[in-house]
Amino acid sequence: MSDFSRRHPGAVAWLLLAPGLLYLAVFYVVPTVQMFLVSLQTGSPGTGYQQTWNFANYPAQISTYWDEFVRSVAYGGLATLLCFALGFPLAYFIAFRGGRYKSLLLFLIIAPFFTSFLLRTISWKIIFADNGMILGPLKDIGLVPDSFRLLATPIAVIAGITYNFLPFMTLPLYVALEKIPPSLLEASGDLYADTRSRFFRVTFPLALPGIVAGSLLTFIPAVGDFVNAELLGNPQSQMIGNVIQAKFLKAVDYPAGAALSFLLMAAILAAVLVYARLAGTEQLYGAKA
Amino acid sequence: MAVGPMPTPTTGAELSRGTPVQRFRRLVSHWALPVYAFLAVAYLALPVMIMIAFSFNDPTGRANLTWKGFSIDAWLNPLGRPGLPEAVFASLLIATLSTIIATTIGVLMALALVRHSFRGRGLTNLLVFLPMSTPEIVLGTSLLTLFLATAQWTFLPTGVLYPLGMTTILIAHVMFNISFVVVTVRARLLGFPTHLEEAARDLYADDWTTFWKVTFPLILPGVMAAALLAFSLSIDDYVITAFTAGPTTTFPLYIYGAQQRGIPVQVNVIGTIIFLTAVAFVLFTTVMSRRQRTNPADAATIGAKGP
Repeated sequence: MSDFSRRHPGAVAWLLLAPGLLYLAVFYVVPTVQMFLVSLQTGSPGTGYQQTWNFANYPAQISTYWDEFVRSVAYGGLATLLCFALGFPLAYFIAFRGGRYKSLLLFLIIAPFFTSFLLRTISWKIIFADNGMILGPLKDIGLVPDSFRLLATPIAVIAGITYNFLPFMTLPLYVALEKIPPSLLEASGDLYADTRSRFFRVTFPLALPGIVAGSLLTFIPAVGDFVNAELLGNPQSQMIGNVIQAKFLKAVDYPAGAALSFLLMAAILAAVLVYARLAGTEQLYGAKA
Repeated sequence: MAVGPMPTPTTGAELSRGTPVQRFRRLVSHWALPVYAFLAVAYLALPVMIMIAFSFNDPTGRANLTWKGFSIDAWLNPLGRPGLPEAVFASLLIATLSTIIATTIGVLMALALVRHSFRGRGLTNLLVFLPMSTPEIVLGTSLLTLFLATAQWTFLPTGVLYPLGMTTILIAHVMFNISFVVVTVRARLLGFPTHLEEAARDLYADDWTTFWKVTFPLILPGVMAAALLAFSLSIDDYVITAFTAGPTTTFPLYIYGAQQRGIPVQVNVIGTIIFLTAVAFVLFTTVMSRRQRTNPADAATIGAKGP
């Protein structure tokens, strides 16, 4: 093994990469291709499915489940905005005023991850319950009518998604804010910027990479989520993930499920590319902002 | 947006100057952010607290959704439900194996990406990035379509990829964990200089010795963080597992199945044990790495859990 790396510089890299590349090719790329093939099959659970290159499956699925697609984007988008509104001040506080509590605060933001995602969502079921810790007291003092519900509403679904993905937003924001050199903030003060223009013309533009990363990390899983809609929602608040899950695991309608899955992935990749271009590097360091 | 006007805290002396109105406004702007941060952290912790509290519940019916009274029965018999021990064992086994396999594969990839120049770097980065930016449900369904297709592939022995079971869950977990390991270890590797490895080579250490005596000890904290992340992603995964498990039940699948009939209190007990173990482990590794060097960014790396 001695001096192998000096004699074959490229070979070492490929030896190190080979297991991972092979694994991802076989268990990420091949399944994606296979899913696309399945989406073009026709048949029924009883008779089995044949490869008929049925491209008409795509427009058919889009028109049948348009509402669920729109709902997924709306819920995911709203949850992302809420995560940003909740996460930015939190990240800002930790980055600039965390002091010696910085590590502790970061740990407290990560800690919920060590609890099962399902159990945390079920906890929200307890919190949102019709006579639970929020609605119970409000109903006792007569602020809301007895028939008012949070559980099984879109509000509960969006709140659940927001809760689940808040750390995904907060951590990249923190990382971006933490990197801002204090000298830049001081310089803006020396140049007579008031606190408002310092925030909007220095801090905010420099935080853009974190905002981009955080909103992608939140939006992508939020759009594909079905657990919150299943546990906290109602049949009218179903998202596209619920439909895909039902197609694969209940209806055994693989071509429909595969087409919807493929559409979800394609839509998200397209959104990521457009977003990355809009918030691209040329804007990050603020000629304009 | 409650953003404080100053990046530095106001001092006590500044707070007590001026008219009462000015003083009040300064007090509000001084305390708005800390109070907000406290509330936000409490909000994040609330569901965890409820999970722990309800592990001491004494429910009358099957549903553990309303507080009925204090009991430690479930803690005395945490696995005393049919199917629960098997589910917990399956989760622990899959999490352990997928962590070992994904960490090994991922560390090698991260080393290649940071320490070597080669053609195809862009493609490699893309292949690592894609699984993380694909929704979990798509990863699950696409693997399911592959596994189902292999049922007709006569050149594969049955039982490897079909029928579904422990092997297919493990394959899926390794797949989604690789990218997270690469990203975590790569972030760590970017931080430290290469001169120590060059020094080792100058002192006639071969590649193997250099790796185990110099590189590995340096990246060990990053490797530990990646392994912890992989383990916690695996043991908690519901979505991908639901599509690749077949008849096998893991702990998250057990919870999901039970939530329609009413979740037994034991589930909260095991959830609490997993939570406390992870917290203890993180505190332990943080203290250990603090002794070596102080780097608060590590805490962020440990928990940077993606889609």
